[in-house]
Amino acid sequence: MAAEDQSQASQSDLPYVLILKPPASFLLFGDHFFDSPNFQYLKAYESPLPLPHFLHTHAQSIQALLSSGGAPVTADTIRLLPRLGLVVTTSQGLNHIDLSECRRRGIAVAGAGTIFSADCADSVVGLLIDVLRKVSASNRYVKQGLWSSQGTYPLGYKLGGKRVGIVGLGSIGTEVAKRLEAFGCSISYNSRSKKPLVPYTFYPNVVELAANCDALIVCCALTDETHHLISKEVLSALGKDGVIINIARGPIIDEKELVRCLVKGEIRGAGLDVFEHEPDVPVELFALDNVVMSPHSAVFTRESFDDLCKLVVGNLEAFFSNEPLLTPVALDDLPHFSGRKD
Amino acid sequence: MESIGVLLACPMNSYLEQQLDKRFKLYRFWTVPDKSSFLASHKDSIQAVVGNAAAGADAELIEALPKLEIVASFSVGLDKIDLTKCKEKGIRVTNTPDVLTEDVADLAIGLMLAVLRKLCESDRYVRSGKWKRGDYVLTTKFTGKKVGIIGLGRIGMAIAKRAEAFSCPISYYSRTEKPEIKYKYYPSVVELAAHCDILVVACPLTKETHHIINREVINAMGPKGVLINIGRGPHVDEPELVSALVERRLGGAGLDVFENEPYVPEELFGLDNVVLLPHVGSGTVETRQAMADLVIGNLEAHFQKKPLLTPVV
Repeated sequence: MAAEDQSQASQSDLPYVLILKPPASFLLFGDHFFDSPNFQYLKAYESPLPLPHFLHTHAQSIQALLSSGGAPVTADTIRLLPRLGLVVTTSQGLNHIDLSECRRRGIAVAGAGTIFSADCADSVVGLLIDVLRKVSASNRYVKQGLWSSQGTYPLGYKLGGKRVGIVGLGSIGTEVAKRLEAFGCSISYNSRSKKPLVPYTFYPNVVELAANCDALIVCCALTDETHHLISKEVLSALGKDGVIINIARGPIIDEKELVRCLVKGEIRGAGLDVFEHEPDVPVELFALDNVVMSPHSAVFTRESFDDLCKLVVGNLEAFFSNEPLLTPVALDDLPHFSGRKD
Repeated sequence: MESIGVLLACPMNSYLEQQLDKRFKLYRFWTVPDKSSFLASHKDSIQAVVGNAAAGADAELIEALPKLEIVASFSVGLDKIDLTKCKEKGIRVTNTPDVLTEDVADLAIGLMLAVLRKLCESDRYVRSGKWKRGDYVLTTKFTGKKVGIIGLGRIGMAIAKRAEAFSCPISYYSRTEKPEIKYKYYPSVVELAAHCDILVVACPLTKETHHIINREVINAMGPKGVLINIGRGPHVDEPELVSALVERRLGGAGLDVFENEPYVPEELFGLDNVVLLPHVGSGTVETRQAMADLVIGNLEAHFQKKPLLTPVV
C-alpha cells in the first residue's frame, strides 16, 4: 500500500506528454513502448471526454506531444495547448503537423532524422528490382505450380545501365542514389534547389527529369507544392518504357492518372508503398502483374522500430532536461505545409 | 554456312533460334520423334551443338556425333557439358560470361530484399484486401546484414559490390583465398555459414560443389539465416533445405534454381519466408539478346576459322 502511494506521488511529479491517437508502435508492441522514468503519457484516446474538452482540462500540464502520421497536429489543437513546447513525431513525414503554427508559437519539432533512410532506400531498390525482374509475379507463378505446367515466364528488364531519376534528393534520395549507382545506374534528380556538391545531373523540373530517365523514384515530402506533382504530363514524359516507384506519400502522384496509364500500358510498371486513400487501393491494380504494392511498410522493420524507440525517448528526455534535441526539424526554411492529413 | 548442321538441345530463345535458322542448317532436338535414330541418321551432318543450363552435351551425345567440332552454351554454367570428353576429342566449348553477370547479381540482391522485407508477401497482403483490417507484420532490415558469398568469381564479386552499397560486411569462401581481396575469407562453407546472416551460392557446379549446402551448413546458418541460390539446383541438398524451412530451423530462402527444374517442392509454396523464381537469373530481354549474339558470334568465328569470342575449351 505504502509503496503504491509512493509511486503515485512520484508519478504526479513527472511531466506529461500528450498522445492523441496510438501510434503504430503501440499496436505492435503495446503501449509501454516509448516509456521512460523521466516523463509520463497522457492518452487522449483513453478518455471518454471529447478532445477539445480533454485538452482544455489538461492544458496547463501539457508541454510535449507525441504525434504519428495518423494523428495530425492542427493549428486548432495547438491553440488549445498554451504550454506546448515540443512536438515529437514517430514518422518520417511531417505533412500531418502544422509547422507554420509551430514556428509562430515557438514550438520545437523533433522528427525521425535519418533513422528510416536506409530502410526506405532498401524498399525502393527492392520494389524497383521486383518490378523490372518480375520477382513477385514470377514467385506467384511458381507457387501456383505453373512453371511445370505452363513453362517459362516472360522475360524481365535489365536494371544495369538504366537512368534513375530521383524526385527529392534528401536523406532518403541520397541513400537510394548510393545503392543504385552500385548496380550501374546513372543518377539524375529534381529537388527544390540544385545541390552544389552532388555529382548527379540536376533537372529543373520533374517533367524534364521524367523525360530523361527510365525509373522515376519519388522520395520527396508531401507539401502543398508537391501535391499531384506526378501528373499526367510527367507520366507521359516517363513513357512506355518507364517505371515509377513511390515510397513517399500517395498524394504526390495523381493516382487516377497513374492507374489509367498502368491499365493502358502507357508506362512499364510501378512499385507503390503509398496511396492517396490508404488503406484503400485502386482495385484495377490488382489485376496487373507489372505493379508491386506494399502496405505503407517501407520503414516497418524491427530494427527501425528499435531505433525509433531510442530516438523518441531520447528527444523527450532531452527536452525535459533542457538539453539539445537529437533530431530537431529546422522551421525557418519551410515549404508550405498546411498540416493537412494525407 | 547454310550447310553446317547445328543441333539445338532444347527451346531457349526465339531470337537465337531465328538467327541459327538463318545461318545454319538447324536441327531442333526436342521435335525429333526418336532421338537415337535421329542421331544415327544425322551423325555426319552435325558439327555444332547449342545447349543451355537445362541441356548440353554429355558423353553419350558427344560420342554419337563424330563430326562435332564445337559446343556453344547459352549460359555461363558448364555443368551440362562433358568438358573432359570435349578436351579429349579437341571439341571447342564456349559459354556466355560477362554479359549476364549484372543481371544475376541484381537478382541475388533482389531475392535478399524480397525475403528479408517480405516484398512478395506484402504485395499479396495488399491484393487480398487485408490491409483494411490492419498493418502487415514487421520485417527484417537488409542494410548492414552480413553477406557470405560462396564463390568469388565474376558473379560473386558483382554481388559483393552491390551489397557493399547497403553497408553489408562481406565475407566469402572460395577454393583458395584471394589475398588481393579485402573481404574476410573463411576456409570452409560451414564457418562462412556460421558467421553471416545471408549466404549466397555463386560458384560453378562441379563434382566438388554438388550439395555444397548440406545439413551441416544449414545447421550452422541457424533459425535466422537466409539462403540465396542463384547457382545451380544441385548445389543444395534440396530435401534437407525443404525440411529445414518447413520446420523453421532456417530463417528463409530465395531460390532461382532447383534440383529438378521445372519441378519445385510443393512444401515450399505456402511459406511466407521463401521466394521461388523460375530460373530467371539472366532472364531479361537485353541480356538474352546479348547471350544469343555471343553464341552466334562464337559459332561464326569458329566456322570462319577466326579466334573464338568466349572459349572455355
